[in-house]
Amino acid sequence: MTTSLDHIRNFSIIAHIDHGKSTLADRLIQSTGGLESREMVEQVLDSMDIERERGITIKAQTVRLTYKAKDGETYILNLMDTPGHVDFAYEVSRSLAACEGSLLVVDASQGVEAQTLANVYQAIDNHHEIVPILNKVDLPAADVDRVKEQIEEVIGIDASNAVAISAKTGLGIPDVLEAIVTRLPPPKGDAAAPLKAMLVDSWYDAYLGVVVLVRVVDGIMKKGQKIRMMEAGATYEIERMGVFTPKMTELAELGPGDIGFINASIKEVADTRVGDTITDERKPCAQALPGFRPTQPVVFCGLFPVDAADFEDLRTAVGKLRLNDASFTYEMETSAALGFGFRCGFLGLLHLEIVQERLEREFNLDLIATSPSVVYKILLRDGSILEMHNPVDMPDVTKIEEIEEPWIRATIMTPDDYLGSVLKLCQDKRGTQVDLSYAGTRALVVYDLPLNEVVFDFYDRLKSVSKGYASFDYHITDYVASDLVRLQILVNSEPVDALSMLVHRTRAEARGRAICEKLKDVIPPHMFQIPIQAAIGGKIVARETIRALRKDVTAKCYGGDATRKRKLLDKQKAGKKRMRQFGKVEIPQDAFIQVLKVES
Amino acid sequence: MSAGEPGFGVYIHWPFCASKCPYCDFNSHVRLTPIDQARYARALVAELTHDAARTPGRTVSSIFFGGGTPSLMEPETVATVLDAIGGLWSVDRNVEVSLEANPSSVDAARFTGYRAAGVNRVSLGVQALNDRDLKRLGRLHDVAEALDAIRLARATFPRMSFDMIYARPDQTVADWRAELKTAVDLAADHLSVYQLTIEEETRFADLHRAGKLIVPDMDAAADLWDATHDVLDAAGLRAYEISNHAAPGAECRHNLVYWRYGEYVGVGAGAHGRLALAEGRRATADEKNPEAWLRAVESRGHARVADDLLTFEEQGDEYLLMGLRLDEGIDLDRWEVISGRVLDPARLADLVHHGMVEVVIDENGRRRVRATPGGFVVLDAVVADLAA
Repeated sequence: MTTSLDHIRNFSIIAHIDHGKSTLADRLIQSTGGLESREMVEQVLDSMDIERERGITIKAQTVRLTYKAKDGETYILNLMDTPGHVDFAYEVSRSLAACEGSLLVVDASQGVEAQTLANVYQAIDNHHEIVPILNKVDLPAADVDRVKEQIEEVIGIDASNAVAISAKTGLGIPDVLEAIVTRLPPPKGDAAAPLKAMLVDSWYDAYLGVVVLVRVVDGIMKKGQKIRMMEAGATYEIERMGVFTPKMTELAELGPGDIGFINASIKEVADTRVGDTITDERKPCAQALPGFRPTQPVVFCGLFPVDAADFEDLRTAVGKLRLNDASFTYEMETSAALGFGFRCGFLGLLHLEIVQERLEREFNLDLIATSPSVVYKILLRDGSILEMHNPVDMPDVTKIEEIEEPWIRATIMTPDDYLGSVLKLCQDKRGTQVDLSYAGTRALVVYDLPLNEVVFDFYDRLKSVSKGYASFDYHITDYVASDLVRLQILVNSEPVDALSMLVHRTRAEARGRAICEKLKDVIPPHMFQIPIQAAIGGKIVARETIRALRKDVTAKCYGGDATRKRKLLDKQKAGKKRMRQFGKVEIPQDAFIQVLKVES
Repeated sequence: MSAGEPGFGVYIHWPFCASKCPYCDFNSHVRLTPIDQARYARALVAELTHDAARTPGRTVSSIFFGGGTPSLMEPETVATVLDAIGGLWSVDRNVEVSLEANPSSVDAARFTGYRAAGVNRVSLGVQALNDRDLKRLGRLHDVAEALDAIRLARATFPRMSFDMIYARPDQTVADWRAELKTAVDLAADHLSVYQLTIEEETRFADLHRAGKLIVPDMDAAADLWDATHDVLDAAGLRAYEISNHAAPGAECRHNLVYWRYGEYVGVGAGAHGRLALAEGRRATADEKNPEAWLRAVESRGHARVADDLLTFEEQGDEYLLMGLRLDEGIDLDRWEVISGRVLDPARLADLVHHGMVEVVIDENGRRRVRATPGGFVVLDAVVADLAA
């Protein structure tokens, strides 16, 4: 039995990181009885360890809540939880497409942030009804009126009916549930029409195989039904279907407006295309849904096993991870220093860090990540164009006519106290100011910036110069010709290819100096002195020296307790395994990510 | 000293102290109520009996009472244990029987009793020869008591040694040289000289973390190390081990059992042993809590919390760790047999190239790897390199 449309509400929650989205979702699940309190853990929907630890949402999640409203009727509320970070903006867009309304959560003590802005505009583009929610109103720093004013000024939506809540204490949660029912529109659809459903997401589950998240628009989806993926042209039979409550709960059918999952003996996630239209094989619908634009990786880096013998394990691991994360791409790469590995593409630096962490944790691998690079377009003198993902592939300079690099348009919101530092940072990163406006005490800055400066350390530095208050969102705009040079790093007089990078000529020397200084800190002293140099072409532009180890010996041996010493040695040996031998020098794997965080 | 046989040692741990020193992370416990020593002695004998059954036919070459503070043991307790060892194994005519003692007057009063029980070597925890530092190190004795204890020990026992700690807060090279020269004048033919290290879960570790205890940095520590070796070499007390200095022939035989990776039984709370049995080398460890240890021995005859067969790799690592601490180094042929592998020739060559180790043939025609003076001071890095 499917629920009638006017008793369904599909909504997503839009919020900046830390504004309380996951806590609000937890409260909604709890107060509608989705889970017993003993089953509740914090951030229920963030099922990955990394999500809970970092307090972020990476994968969009969905949960079906059953709510008895004040009008006495029982409603099905489908909540799509969405990631807040700019790297995962594409996840947001498909979640929004599956819903009719959004809750816009704004921290009443912080105000609107850049990512909120980007996501809320997407929601408006999707014709969403938007209910503003002011969270953390119990905090002393909360300023409800000011933030309402800001929502109206900056976003341009009516905030007079904003719901004031504290997700932490539970204050106002019943009002949120009522607002969802009374203020958000029910989905439209025709149960009698041929099946038309949107493929919202898919992932690989170790027990169930490929799980597909769908939003039914028209018709009824039934167990045993033969379905067709219209764009992919593949047909499958539905073996199992249901909803998340948030526990996986099987149902016999899904009707218009429903959001649920299906299993259909699909071998690989690659066979499922996000945004594809699912229809009935025997009675197909006439027209497919518009679909989504596929995502493009914008940041590339090499991932290599610390222990070369683990390459096959890494190959299996990237393959499996890709089943779950279609936005991540990989191809085999060889490096003189690092051996066999993969050149991988990511949506951003956070995505890179998360993929690396998942590979290490879920597949028990030790990895080295090389300097991230953007995709450069190199115009050669022979008229051809090379798309370069890896600075190691840079052709001889005499063959190059011109190098183009991607630029982004960045939207930054910051309290005006930090505006000066934020502008200086953008200027330092070769940025061009496009716009600057104010909403109360917050400034909205729009800048055009080269992406290669942003992947480097922009986000970390933005957080640091604004004490964490500035927020940031971006999209790629254009490729622009630029005076870029390849910076090489030499350790003990040998170039380390994995540390080479393309840098703007005006920044190369400072960057080289900063990297040498950083490496001096992260490479432990050896039994001999180690020179570290940065070079452009053949010219050394910076140099540091790591002094030789002078004393490193355990004074006291604990009677016959050789076990204790051996365990320390085991740790040292494990540490050494996490280092890479470059000539005679051992470089810790985190050196490769540390050099990206240098300030220059 | 020639590279002799490791021998067979017996270690007895006495886990009690009158107070806990702020730098010490050994298994030591302070008890306010009197210890029933007769009961502990029975338990030690029971555990020795248990181990003796596993190691028949051995001849004991050394016995060592460590702690804690073994000089809190009544001489009768020591005698009971020594008598039991004599009944359980055959004992070498020249057996070395060492006991660690605190140089306080109360402990020194028992020296004659220990000698009568069969102890022939004491090792005194002098640690410093100035009262300010003794206080800082949490020691209960002062310099005057230490001097008395040293004199009494030299008069009572055929052999004696004492411990010093350096790299103390604010210690200069000149101060240390002067203090060490005094120590040399007081010493017989053996001195143990340890660098103060900050161990986890000690009071010094807390102070260090809080920035209230500053210890010399790597360069200062290296300078102090150099001074130590200068002064003691000049006095004829060669460093036969990282922290142990002796005139030729005066080395502590019991510690040589460990460093030569020999066989030893360890009894008492928190004690460790290494047994060379038919099935392979076993690592034993005892329950650390004294009362729990006692109950376990009384109910089961032993208080083992670990009795593990070591893998080849573990044995190889242990021999490297222990053996390279000695200036005689390791017997490479024996190491290969024990570990079932060969040392990575490239790494070895690299270390030789950097002057950290040397490969020599000893008088018995065996290949030995030993650390050079330059390698000694960075031995942890050298061992990690060889073991990796």
